[in-house]
Amino acid sequence: MMPTSDYDPACLPDLLPLYYRRLFPFSQYYRWLSYGGVSKNYFQNREFSFTLKDDIYVRYQSFTTQNELEKEMQKMVPYKVDIGAVYSHRPSQHNAVKSGAFQALEKELVFDIDMTDYDDVRRCCSAADICSKCWTLMIIAIRILDRALREDFGFHHLLWVYSGRRGVHCWVCDDAARKLSVAARSAVAEYLSLVKGGEETLRKVVLSDPIHPFINHSLSVVERYFQQYAIVEQDILGSKESVDKVLALLLVQFPDVFICLCVSVKSSIKKGGQYFDKEIMLQYCYPRLDVNVSKGVNHLLKSPFSVHPKTGRISVPIDLKELNTFDPFEVPTISLICEELERPTADEAEEDDVKDKENEQEAGERRRIRDYKRTSLAKYVKVFDRFLEAMARSWKGEMLKKSGELETSFSVFLTFMSFTYT
Amino acid sequence: MQDSKKKRKKLIGNFQNDLYDQCLQFYGQPPLENISLTEFETFAVERLKLLKTVENVGVSCGKSSEQYTKKLDAEISSLNFPHRGGISEYEKRRKDHISHFILRLAYCQTEDLRRWFIQQEMDLFRYRFNCLHSKHKTDFLHKNNLKYETVSAEEKKNLKDKLIASSYGLSGTKVEEHDVYKVPFQDALDLVRTRKVYLLAGNAYIPHHEIVTIVLNDFRTRLSKALAMTARSLPAVQSDERLQPLLSHLSHAYVGQDYSIQKNIGKISLEQIDALSGKSFPLCMRHLHKALRENHHLRHGGRMQYGLFLKGIGLTLEQALQFWRSEFVKGKVDADKFDKAYAYSVRHMFGKEGKRTDYTPYSCMKVILSNPPSQGDYHGCPFRHSDPELLKQKLQNYKVSPSGINQILELVKGMHYQLACQKYFELTHNVEDAGFSLNHPNQYFTESQKLLNGGRDIKKEVDMSQRSQENPASVTHPSQANSKQAHEEMGDLDSFFQDE
Repeated sequence: MMPTSDYDPACLPDLLPLYYRRLFPFSQYYRWLSYGGVSKNYFQNREFSFTLKDDIYVRYQSFTTQNELEKEMQKMVPYKVDIGAVYSHRPSQHNAVKSGAFQALEKELVFDIDMTDYDDVRRCCSAADICSKCWTLMIIAIRILDRALREDFGFHHLLWVYSGRRGVHCWVCDDAARKLSVAARSAVAEYLSLVKGGEETLRKVVLSDPIHPFINHSLSVVERYFQQYAIVEQDILGSKESVDKVLALLLVQFPDVFICLCVSVKSSIKKGGQYFDKEIMLQYCYPRLDVNVSKGVNHLLKSPFSVHPKTGRISVPIDLKELNTFDPFEVPTISLICEELERPTADEAEEDDVKDKENEQEAGERRRIRDYKRTSLAKYVKVFDRFLEAMARSWKGEMLKKSGELETSFSVFLTFMSFTYT
Repeated sequence: MQDSKKKRKKLIGNFQNDLYDQCLQFYGQPPLENISLTEFETFAVERLKLLKTVENVGVSCGKSSEQYTKKLDAEISSLNFPHRGGISEYEKRRKDHISHFILRLAYCQTEDLRRWFIQQEMDLFRYRFNCLHSKHKTDFLHKNNLKYETVSAEEKKNLKDKLIASSYGLSGTKVEEHDVYKVPFQDALDLVRTRKVYLLAGNAYIPHHEIVTIVLNDFRTRLSKALAMTARSLPAVQSDERLQPLLSHLSHAYVGQDYSIQKNIGKISLEQIDALSGKSFPLCMRHLHKALRENHHLRHGGRMQYGLFLKGIGLTLEQALQFWRSEFVKGKVDADKFDKAYAYSVRHMFGKEGKRTDYTPYSCMKVILSNPPSQGDYHGCPFRHSDPELLKQKLQNYKVSPSGINQILELVKGMHYQLACQKYFELTHNVEDAGFSLNHPNQYFTESQKLLNGGRDIKKEVDMSQRSQENPASVTHPSQANSKQAHEEMGDLDSFFQDE
């Protein structure tokens, strides 16, 4: 039997080539970033950046075809892949462009929720660690942001991705989202921000009348999870230190009152700052986003299906229908899926004989399709497929519109031509 | 020949009468007349004074406060700009029109200038729009072809509660009686950013009384585009020798010292920094320095704010690299990683990488208004961004007297952050009056060093007689605008701004 597939970063140089040759879902990836070919050169003008062995970082990588992308990645074997903006020219040729003419034009609207931003309110872990107890924070974040981006902002095509270690990313891929200006991105991020202030701010959430519907929606999500998360999992009332922290928050509001804290913060004193119980819940649980990540059109963010060098986990899409059962510790590592690749199955041996006669590239392609399907990566690629299907329907609409325009102008041209020749 | 000339003059006259029939305008059309150089200069200088007042009053009082209204009203009146749609405002409106376009010439050249100009013009526009009667507001919208989609009565009814909960000052009756507009959220960013509007399916639902924000957005977009175009035609304008000195002086006047050119490069040694941080650093930098020493690390926002400040006080690139490396290496970063990851950004700050922009140290305005700190950050303005309790503790630790602390906290409560910092200066340096108006952390440092090393500059007095000379009413020599006189007048302008 195969040894256990524990991940060891030292194995990356051996595992990555295998990953890029046989497992990375290039054809879906290319399909995504081409966005149905509605805009010319969309894929060709996209910036990628690679982090290579020994922390060598290269920017302004761009590719003309899926094939070129594959070959380059297989050759360079990046430890990390980041996706940047779609520029006015091919990023790999940006030095040849007149200064000032090379501009970032479009990019998905992205969000990065990082667990370290919650360190002041989680007791179970700190810094890069996460566990099942604080993972609830990510569930809360996803539920709140997903609802707001869809219902308030009208976006439809959201891809949520596990970052591989301590957070989640959201890629909003709607056409309208990709065309947003810096100011618009920053406005969206500010709208979604409720927890404000750094080390020096004790009371990070301040609510006043009237309470915006967005806050009410968010509160109903937080309330659903608060009892379980804060009281049970984080045990915020379980130690003097932690109770002191909660008290400090309350004292900011009631400096002269001696407070007797009950087991559930919710049923505490009602006088004074009328929303202090809601504020505390939000301060402990509401998503903390880094506005700077969202606002830059040219900001580079870790690519889905990239490997996390420290944990070995693949950055996989998250299926929101299964969000409650998503376990970051069950996400496959590169060593696991490479190991799964090596295990032969009975039917495959047969298929290989039959398909031997077909041309190599097709066989290679099919083998690769079969390859990831027999690893734990399969179900995550399916999630990605479903996401692409939904988007493809909207691309079809765009293409029809465009070809409709083309048809009209072509028929006008024909009519004109027929008149000239009579 | 004569006839058509007369006709043309009359046409232009009529056109201008139409143009100036409204108190407020979008500055869509540039002025078409000839004016004297004197008028050119006077108009420009006065509008600049107005915009500077708009800026200062905006920072020291809340934009919707009574004080703000009073001060701006006074300034607008005294400078003879159009005011609340009074009668016989033709001359003032003409001045408003022309001066705006002149300043476009001066402020289109760099990103920073454009941003400043747009910000102040927007604040001025918002103020004047809000002063209009509701009917005039609607007139303005119609006259300028701003058609915004209104929400049907039925939809209003369905969304009534949500609308009331999203917009300040909106009641049930208001929703029923007045129009509610529906615009794509991209056109209402200011309301979205502050969550002062109801959003549904990508649309923002704007009650009538908030329409100014949408109009402002429009205003900003138009002005931004116009400035970009103006920048392109600028070389032709600048080649006119009469205009070039004035325009160049105007664009430098607003910013005063930006500390981009360091006068004391290399005069500070790294060993002095700890002591200096206690004596001559403003609170924000003292705070950052302490955090750096304690954590052996600072996040990006802190590195930028503090790093550029250090550059401003005279650190060389080599010193800066040594300073940051020695501190980071004490923490979790090894020398190699520092050279790979952080050294680049230090060199970037000094203009030795990438775009090679030589970044200027942040002014107080920039620190207060942009990039607020979040968890794990130590940058920003402590008077603005710290909890008053924590600020109080910190001041106590720094041995500020209890009465002094109270004075500072009062100023903070009134949102006078720069004045609070000035008070901190006065208390820590043991002087009654700082003798300067604080608007830049490096200015704090320079003034502190001046004080501690003996010898203060005598404060320049701009007395009343000088002020009246700058008043257009008393400028009655139209054709003497040769460059020498222009230069002298510019001298007055300088001293006016230094006193701000």
